[in-house]
Amino acid sequence: MTGERSLTDVPRRVWLALFVALILQVAWQAAQPRPVASAAALTAPPPLSALRVASIGEPVVLAQLTTLYLQAFDNQPGISIPFRELDYARVVQWLTTILALDPVGQYPLLLAAQVYGQVSDLARQRLMMAFVHEQFVQDPNRRWRWLAHAAIMAKHRLHDAPLALNYARDITRLAPAAPSWARQMHIFILEDIGELASAKILLGGLLASGEIRDEHELRFLTERLESMSNAEKSSLSSRK
Amino acid sequence: MRHRQIATIARFTLLEALRTRLAWLYVIVLALILLTSYFIQQLAITESARLQVGFAAAAARLATVFVLSLHILSSMVREFNDKGLELTLSFDLRRSHYILGRLGGYTLIALLFALLATLPQLLLAPPQAALQWGLSLALELAIVTALSVFCIVTFTQLMPAASFVCGFYLLARALAAIRLINESPLVGGDALSHRVITLLIDALALLLPALDRYAQSTWLADSAPAWAALGANAVQGALYVALLGAAAMFDFYRRNL
Repeated sequence: MTGERSLTDVPRRVWLALFVALILQVAWQAAQPRPVASAAALTAPPPLSALRVASIGEPVVLAQLTTLYLQAFDNQPGISIPFRELDYARVVQWLTTILALDPVGQYPLLLAAQVYGQVSDLARQRLMMAFVHEQFVQDPNRRWRWLAHAAIMAKHRLHDAPLALNYARDITRLAPAAPSWARQMHIFILEDIGELASAKILLGGLLASGEIRDEHELRFLTERLESMSNAEKSSLSSRK
Repeated sequence: MRHRQIATIARFTLLEALRTRLAWLYVIVLALILLTSYFIQQLAITESARLQVGFAAAAARLATVFVLSLHILSSMVREFNDKGLELTLSFDLRRSHYILGRLGGYTLIALLFALLATLPQLLLAPPQAALQWGLSLALELAIVTALSVFCIVTFTQLMPAASFVCGFYLLARALAAIRLINESPLVGGDALSHRVITLLIDALALLLPALDRYAQSTWLADSAPAWAALGANAVQGALYVALLGAAAMFDFYRRNL
């Protein structure tokens, strides 16, 4: 067997058959409806152990692919409708499984906080925030930023200051590696909800502890402490 | 005369499969899958029957494609290496008829495989659903048969042909999911790279058969499909077998023997 014969050696009927079959195939496929993602089609994730086996030693890659798979269910035209249709308990199961496969990955937490958590349904928002909090507790120093986001959402979207305060306090308590703005968040939440005395004590304590070394930050926080004191004094005098 | 030649090649293809104990091998594979499905059923806490039939159908489908494709590739490679092909073509036989004969023989094996694969499903699922699943599997196997013949005629060696069949099959099964993922990027939807990839994926979708629509285990586990779905499978199957058959003939005519 050496090389190939000329194209002219191929009989015309074979040319014709190939050409017609190709045209028909393209026409048939073009006439088929495009695949449609269905929010209801999201089933429970496979067991973690099964996924570990299926990953054949590459759990991180499988976690990434699974994340993309999950993403395909929600990001459809008309974004708020599919989110509402999604079974959020299932979404939480998927996100938990993905994080278990790839604990270092931040993607599932971003999806929970910034994508699924943005749905205009308070119950679903709470579910996502609870998920973020639960995952934060398992690795606070790596996941604090998502809980910080959840704290802000709890305060401004849900108008649930105690929940926001709870999240902010957990960041302070459990995530020493978080930057100071995140670890000071609970002080400003206290201030915002009118708990000036508590906020003052905490801020004063923070300044006295010597943890703050940046000069600008130190000045900013000192000014903030003073303004809190002034606000407290004025509120006391107005009551008299 | 011509039709007799095609039928003879098909008959010898079938005989070869019988003499190489392909049927026994396949039955053992199916039995192992069935046993494993019972094991899985015992492990399940809930929906055990659903889990069992889902696993049995999906595993049988994949195993059937694998065994059939490997048999076709190795059988034709053996014929190339043993110079049986040269001997066959030294008779008054058109190359296209050789391909048609081979394709016919292997398709018969595929139909027998589909029949055997359907029998265990009849034990686990409603008869109508099992029948529809079996028919759809037969159509899918017909496409895989034509694909394997085309690949081995084109590549002539086992490794590249098997790799191509494997890649093609996985891509054809996954293409709908890939399209869905591609259509909904969270960021960069307007980027040039994304538009190029979308074009490429859409072009692939035009050329590849949508194998994800064939022999789905959910038909057995949840609800049987409408017969129209099987009709669409049949049209797609016929078209693609014709396309791959013509492509195989095209390459075979160009080969210097």
